[in-house]
Amino acid sequence: MGNGLLKDFFKRNGTVMGWFLIIAVTFWVVVLIILPQISMFDFSFRNHLPPPEMGGPKDVYTLKNYKYLIFGAEGNPDAYNKTDLAVFGKTLLAAAFVTILDLVLCYPIAYYLGQSRGGGLTRVLVLFLIIPYWINEILRAFAFRIIFGDSGVINEMMMFLGLIDSPIDFIRENVALYAGLGYAYILLMIFPMYNVIESLDRNQIEAARDMGASWVKIHRRIVIPYAKPGISSGCTMVFMLSAGALAAPQILGGPSSLWFTQIIYQWFNQGGNWPQGSAFAAVLLATCIFIVLAVMRIFKVNMGDIGK
Amino acid sequence: MSEGVGVDLQDVWIKFGEFVAVRQANVNIKGGEFFSFLGPSGCGKTTILRAVSGFLEPSDGKILIGGNDMAGFGPNERPTALIFQNLALFPLMKVWENIAFSLEVKGASASERRKRADELLDMIALTGQGDKLPSELSGGQRQRVAIARALCAEPDVLLLDEPLSALDLKLRQHMRTELREIQKRVGITFIYITHDQGEALTMSDSVAVMKAGIIDQIADGKSIYDDPATAFVASFVGENNVFRGTVKKVTKDMAVISTNRTGDLRARIPASAQTKLSLGDQAMLFIRPEALDVTESKNKSDTRIKAKVHHSEFEGQGYNVFLEGSEGKEIKMSLTNRGETRMYDSGMELTLHYDANQAVALPAGELASE
Ligand SMILES: Nc1ncnc2c1ncn2[C@@H]1O[C@H](COP(=O)(O)OP(=O)(O)O)[C@@H](O)[C@H]1O
Ligand SMILES: [Mg+2]
Repeated sequence: MGNGLLKDFFKRNGTVMGWFLIIAVTFWVVVLIILPQISMFDFSFRNHLPPPEMGGPKDVYTLKNYKYLIFGAEGNPDAYNKTDLAVFGKTLLAAAFVTILDLVLCYPIAYYLGQSRGGGLTRVLVLFLIIPYWINEILRAFAFRIIFGDSGVINEMMMFLGLIDSPIDFIRENVALYAGLGYAYILLMIFPMYNVIESLDRNQIEAARDMGASWVKIHRRIVIPYAKPGISSGCTMVFMLSAGALAAPQILGGPSSLWFTQIIYQWFNQGGNWPQGSAFAAVLLATCIFIVLAVMRIFKVNMGDIGK
Repeated sequence: MSEGVGVDLQDVWIKFGEFVAVRQANVNIKGGEFFSFLGPSGCGKTTILRAVSGFLEPSDGKILIGGNDMAGFGPNERPTALIFQNLALFPLMKVWENIAFSLEVKGASASERRKRADELLDMIALTGQGDKLPSELSGGQRQRVAIARALCAEPDVLLLDEPLSALDLKLRQHMRTELREIQKRVGITFIYITHDQGEALTMSDSVAVMKAGIIDQIADGKSIYDDPATAFVASFVGENNVFRGTVKKVTKDMAVISTNRTGDLRARIPASAQTKLSLGDQAMLFIRPEALDVTESKNKSDTRIKAKVHHSEFEGQGYNVFLEGSEGKEIKMSLTNRGETRMYDSGMELTLHYDANQAVALPAGELASE
């Protein structure tokens, strides 16, 4: 049967294209995804050694990089590595917050887009949502710095309207960061939801209305259950990407707030300690996956639905 | 049991921009009646139903339910329940939750809802199937669930939008009887929409025949079939042989039409079309295939048509004979099988007879296209 499948595959794509697809996909998956991740994972269990000592007697597997994240450096007076763990926790919480913020903002938009049957206005709206993504991430982040700065549009406007007397430090309060991150992933939240909601039969909504259901009821009982695969797919992406974001926290984060990715970056870059950085990154990835799976379990979403 | 709540449409117009979907509809539906709108696809049936259920407001005119003007009342404020063309069951809710959804909206407890759903499941002969999902039921069962869900809201008027169109022929015929029985049992007004004349004629107390936004005739099924008011109704409802011509002689209820290819033919003018035909007018004469016969009997009129058999089809309960009249005029005749051994072979020359009372003369008009 596997043979038949393969034959069929070649028949459909032609021999040359078929081989190209197989080799390209294999290369992509193995060389660009699996191998580097395995070697990073391998790194995370090694000692930080200068190049001449690599492969030498000191190059043995160790758990110390992971121990460091939990207990800190040797001689740490505290029981745990308070600084790093706090950043880790804060990053996950902040990513969850960004995810929820995006969900709340994007659900009505996705619903409107999905149910308006692709009229002219819808297309314009979608275009407006896409165009900002042509601008690169760094530029977008700096633009947010300007908007949220002391003399930025928002502060000026609020002072002009008399809402505040002196400018609010949005950067310090991390408002700019949340706004920037939320904004960066809006499309990733909207499109999966939009995709699912678009296929929801309007008659179901009208039937519910006919039976006297309120809008809240209609969304709670009909639209949201139906859109669940899209919602979870959007939330997963936004959560993973927010937790792993680097540029936005770097540029928009307040002076006292550190994103866990920034610590990882420091280990790799300033510290030159790849094993330590790999261990931190591995823990972040594993924890994110665990959280996503747990949340999916709670909301009874199947893995298969996400790919829809 | 309630007396039944009537529905009135008074000079109702419905426009979508420039497009007129419904033109000056005047309909009087009596309480407890099974009323059908019959017309080809796109003639505005669904639009009328949506206006009655409150999903859209008429551009002009009034809709009364139980004598009350419904203007400004939304779908949830009207004593109607709509069954959608595609049923629109909630796919992620169990069958019983679907059925009791209107109670859930009203805040009934789960046990109360379950109890009522089970009663309705008994009524639609789906006892014990409440815990399935709609997708686990057959087409006919889903159909009945949609009816139960609508009835659970205890509407005064049930609106059905071609609910049987997705079913296969056998099931459709079965569901006709079932629907009619349910209607008699619950005693509420049913407004039924269909493009299938068989459905409309078998189930309804009254039928409104529609053509492109206009209601041509409202009457009981037999009158629609026997006394069509317009050429459109005559050609849309049932089969008819159409002969075009001009009026040669006319009395109050009889006309002689000088047809283009078949000579002079006599026919009755239905009550609704009397006074509409005068000498020299363009007219159409309709003879149903089953009104044509080959044996002359005393009460047959003197009208006869010469034709040659093209081919015939034996259908068990009878024959359909396809003939060619003068100048290639196509004529269809249906004969009942009474056990005679006779067959009608191609090329056979026949003289057809019909009772002028069973033929209908009407002003020329647009015909229903096949
Ligand atoms: N919302 C709408 N906007 C514009 N035209 C519509 C709308 N709804 C229906 N129509 C048009 O009105 C006509 C009647 O439609 P409908 O009532 O659905 O016909 P049917 O008799 O098949 O149920 C059709 O030509 C349809 O295209
Ligand atoms: Mg329709």
